[in-house]
This record gives sequence, C-alpha cells and structure tokens, in this order.
Amino acid sequence: MMRMTYREALRRALREILEREPRAFLMGEDIGRYGGSFAVTHGLLEEFGPERVRDTPLSESTFVGAGIGAALAGMRPIVEVMTINFSLLALDQVVNNAASIRYMSGGQFDIPLVVRMASGGGRQMAAQHAHSLEGWYAHIPGIRVLAPATVADARGMMLAAVREHDPVFIFEHALLYPLEEEIDEDGGPADIDHAAVRRAGEDVTLVTYGGSLGKVMNAADELAAMGYAAEVIDLRTLRPLDMSTILASVAKTHRAVIVDEGWRTGSLAAEISAQVMEQGFDTLDWPVERVCSAEVPMPYAKHLEDAALPQTATIVETVERIFASNG
Amino acid sequence: MPILGADMQAGTLVEWHKQPGDVVHRGDIIADVETDKAVVEVEVFMDGVIEELLVKPGQQVPVGTPLAIIREEGKLTGPPTQSAPQHAAPQATSAVSPSMAAQPHRRREPSAGIGQRVSPAARRLANELGVDIANLVGTGPEGRIQLEDVRKASTATPAAPPPDRAVRMRQAIAAAMTRSSRDIPHFHLQQTIDMSRALAWLGAENERRPVADRLLYGVLLIKATAVALNDVPELNAVWAEDHVALNPEVHVGVAIALRGGGLVAPALHNANKRSLSELMRDLRDLVQRARAGSLRASEMSDPTITVTNLGELGAEAAFGIIFPPQVALVGFGRINERPWVADGQVVVRPILVATLSADHRVADGHRGSVFLAAIDRILQEPHRL
Repeated sequence: MMRMTYREALRRALREILEREPRAFLMGEDIGRYGGSFAVTHGLLEEFGPERVRDTPLSESTFVGAGIGAALAGMRPIVEVMTINFSLLALDQVVNNAASIRYMSGGQFDIPLVVRMASGGGRQMAAQHAHSLEGWYAHIPGIRVLAPATVADARGMMLAAVREHDPVFIFEHALLYPLEEEIDEDGGPADIDHAAVRRAGEDVTLVTYGGSLGKVMNAADELAAMGYAAEVIDLRTLRPLDMSTILASVAKTHRAVIVDEGWRTGSLAAEISAQVMEQGFDTLDWPVERVCSAEVPMPYAKHLEDAALPQTATIVETVERIFASNG
Repeated sequence: MPILGADMQAGTLVEWHKQPGDVVHRGDIIADVETDKAVVEVEVFMDGVIEELLVKPGQQVPVGTPLAIIREEGKLTGPPTQSAPQHAAPQATSAVSPSMAAQPHRRREPSAGIGQRVSPAARRLANELGVDIANLVGTGPEGRIQLEDVRKASTATPAAPPPDRAVRMRQAIAAAMTRSSRDIPHFHLQQTIDMSRALAWLGAENERRPVADRLLYGVLLIKATAVALNDVPELNAVWAEDHVALNPEVHVGVAIALRGGGLVAPALHNANKRSLSELMRDLRDLVQRARAGSLRASEMSDPTITVTNLGELGAEAAFGIIFPPQVALVGFGRINERPWVADGQVVVRPILVATLSADHRVADGHRGSVFLAAIDRILQEPHRL
C-alpha cells in the first residue's frame, strides 16, 4: 500500500501506460513544458519526450479531432482538455465523430481514445471554468463516461480506459487533485462497469459521484450521529449507468437522494430519478429527492459559490426532512 | 375485486389465468377469486391487453379494489391536446373492476378512499401484510400513508387466523339473511299446484330423449318461474331507495346446497328465453361447478330472482328469505301424492306447494297472487315450455 494524491495516482497511471504501451501518447494544452494546468502530466515530457507528450494549440476541436484520427489509425491517444467548459468547443468531434464512427462504419473502426478533463466548482473559478457538465456527456450513446471519486479509481480507471475499444471520457473533479489516500500501487485496471457502495446503510440511499462523494460521506457521518444509517453509492461510471446497484439499494432503504453537482434540470440526477421511478416504483416510500447545483452560472464570490453547490448541510437537511414526516 | 354477493366485503385472489401482455376478450376468465362462499371465476367485460396485475395470488383485498389494468386498444389517452399528437400513445389504460362495469345498478363505493395518498412501498407492504389501507391514517405530508404507518398498523392488530371456509360461509349467509330480514318487509303467499300434467308430459318427453338429455322437473319449475315474470315484472327488480327498478333480463338464481353445509345461488342466465334442454345442461354444469367451487363472478352477482327447490327429500313448502338486492324468492316443496278434487271427484294427484316470498315495497299480495297463478297456469301447459 502507498499513500499518494489523486494527481499523483493519475500521473503514475499515465507513466505506466506510456511505459507499457508503445502506441499510447498524450496530447493537450500545456501538458508538456508547463506540466499540465493541474500538474497531472508534470515531468512526463522530460521522461518520454515530445513525440509522446505533445503540447497542442488552444484549439479543442482540433486536438480532440486529431485524437480521434490517431485512434482510428491504431494509436492509443490520451487527450487532456484542461477544463470541461472548454470541451464544448470539441463537442462536434465528440458527438459526430468519436461517438458515431463505429456505428456509421458498420463496426469497421475501433476508436480507442481516452479524453480526460477537469470538472466542477468549489475553487472560485467562476462561470467559465467550474461547471459540471458530465451529465451532458452521459447523454451521448457511443462513449463511456467515467468519474473517479477516489485515488484508487483515478489510477485504476485510467488503466482500464486505455484498454477500451471505444472512446472513454474521464471527468476529474478539480477539487480532488490534492486528495490523499492509501492505494495499492500495483493494483491493476479498475472495474468500469459498476457503481460502488462506499458505505452500507438501511435507511436512505445517497447516490452521488465525483467531487460530491466526500460531501456525501460527511453527510452520512452526520446522519449516523442522528441515528439514520445512510447507504452511499458512488456511481463511478456515468454511462452506462449501473442502475441495478442503485435499485437494489433503494429496494432496501425505500428512499433515495441523488447528489449531483450538475444543474438540476435535465441532469444525471433527473435520469436516475426517472429510472428509479420506472424500475423501482413499488419500493419507494418517498419521492426521489435531488440535491443539485443552483441553476445559475457558477458564481465567483465564495459565499455565493458555496450556496450554488450541493453541500454536506443541504444533503443532511434533505434527509432529515424525509424522516421528519414519520417522526 | 367484483362484488360476488350482496354482503361481500373482500375477496382473495386465488390464481391469475392471464399474465401482463396477454390479450383478453370480453367473457374471458382472467382469475379465480375466493369469497366466503366459493371460489369463483372472474370474467373480463372488455377487450384489451393486460397491462399489469395489481393483486397477487393469496392477497385479500376489499371489494372495488382494481385487480388488474387492462389496456384498451385504439383509444387515445385523455382529451385531445392542441399540439403534437404524433407522440401521444394511441392507447388508454384503465383500471377495471369487471363486475362493477357490468352491474351498474349494484355499484358500490369501493372501501379504499379515493384520492388517498399512499407511498408505493406502503401500498405494496399493506397488500403483503393484509393491512386495509382504507383504515389507516397517514403520518406523511398531506396524510400520505408510508411504510411506517403500515408497519405500525400491522403490529397493532395481528391478523386473526382466517376462519375456515364453512365458518366464513355461515357468517356470509348470516349477514345477508339478517340484513334481508331486517330491511325487507317480506310477505308470503302459497299456491298448491297439481303437477299431474307436467309430470305426464315430462315422462313422455324423457321417453324420447337419450338418457343423458333427460329433463328433471326442477327445470320446468325454473322455466315456469322465469316465464311467469312476464306477467309480473316488478318481481324481477330491485328496490332503488324510493322506486322499483326493473331488471331488463331474467337471471334465475338457483339455490344449491353444498356438501360441506351452506348454500350458493348462482344464476341461470336469461332463463326465460332458453330452452328446457339448454337450461337442463346449464343447471347440471352449475351444480357441478358450485360443488367443485369454481363458479364465475357473473354467476354469483347476476341473479335477479331466486328459486329454491327443496326437491324429493325436502319439506312440503319453503318460505324463504329474499336474497338482497333481489325482491322475490320462489320456493317449491316436495311433490306428494295427495287427495285432490277434480270434476267433483276425489282423486290422487301429485301435488306441489309453490310459495312466494316478496318484498312488499315493490309488490302487493294481489300481484303476488297473479304471479303464483301464472306459474300454476304455465305448469298446466308444459308443452309450451
């Protein structure tokens, strides 16, 4: 076992991939000489050289498209798109090419592309650098969407993603990079098909992913002190959703709260709510609740940003409200 | 859950004969339901596709509880909207309680409250535990009944072991007869009938029939009763609070004693219009199924008048209690050879005492007499039956 940060775990995974897989290379804005805006790729240019760690122009559409082309040609590109807001410039490449070429070619082409980027708020990066748009990506058939919430998953999911034959998008919550945890540094690729029960409980199911996991775990601690046993589910894979884990939990607890940093309307939380209703209606003793971000551009001011994001306190209040009804 | 007897409060679903996705047609048997009196088959009164089964085998639910959702093909959901109808599902779903659709004049309020808020999980648990949701007070928002409410109710009143069948049947008969005796002002008339012509005709008729098709005289009595209602239709009716509501069709309930004790009186449908052969065949079938416990829902709920025939081992006359919501019951005793005066001579004749128990709210002694006289007259011309 070894203690390391989320950032280090990603870097170690990338290094391991570059060492082992000659077809793999990294590409993105400022990932080489600058070491990456979030310092994930720090030192890799020196180690692997400019052929394998490539700085690109500020043109997301171009380098995501180049990644798709390289993947079609048999390479294993790992593209970094600094932050999620910038990735919108590449959505045409994502939807019309990455997600569609296997289908449109009648299955002739694999697209073993990995795209990673930072997501989420909480660092006063304001309305152009801090949104959680993973739910939009999870809407797209043809790609796999991952959201590692732990250090072990940061490493294991990266190792797993690069082995896939279809495009994989990895959303790294920006607040998680300094997160430090013990992990097995020799652990292999992670399971990228299933959600994980991070804490078992009988009274209410809290479903979340990515940067909200810590808040939800804290909420579960507070709820435990009040006598409510919350079960915490970390989605891990946002597409395809592992509904069976969620439904099994809700069948046990009869109550679900979904914590999603995305905007509430049309969110991943909305999709999960709908599926719980469709497939687990008879198990529900309370309407599925959602704790999402306020529907505003992310504020810069600290107190407003805090108010706009799901917080431990709002999660606890939501659960308390459910139980208040039955005394 | 159809009403299969005037005092039925609840029934237990025994078995489903259809599954979700199955196409059903009017008249199909979709389930078996156990009442206090019998296991009866539930017919469906519409065409469609089973959308969902709402009640599980073994569950007891109050009368009026939807058992299943049947999707009617080719119906639009809701009123037409002003926009984008191309996405509207061209189908309607409706929760159907078959007998209520078929028996508008006997419709009752279902015991579960309309608009009562119940969480899905609480509803399911209540069904599983046999807790009657209608009696619960919810502690959730706006009185919503939740799991905890059902759990409390189920522990507060441990379910009594279900009494055995004979006990429950006795209770059901007791309830119906007590209500009838209390609420219906009965009057009784009796008519002595010479059965020699009817029996002679029957003997000759049976001579030329294969053994399997032979008629019992009881069928003549049923048909005679049904036809006599043409003369006095108000005895084929219900008392609807303040007026007589005539039944357009004549369904004669035939009292059948069960081997384990108790009785049922399922319907011979349209007995006034059916031939003696048809009635005989149907009666045999009915008796057999009544004793096997497999009557249909409509047979239990449809009778518009009851005939009780004590038969060859019975007493001389039967003065019955009307089976609500009917207004008349005709009793036939045992046929005995008795002295009879014909053309000034005392002769021996097979004699039958027919009685009428009638609801004085709908008919008077004169009309009752006309009715019994009509039965007598009809039995003197058996060939016309």
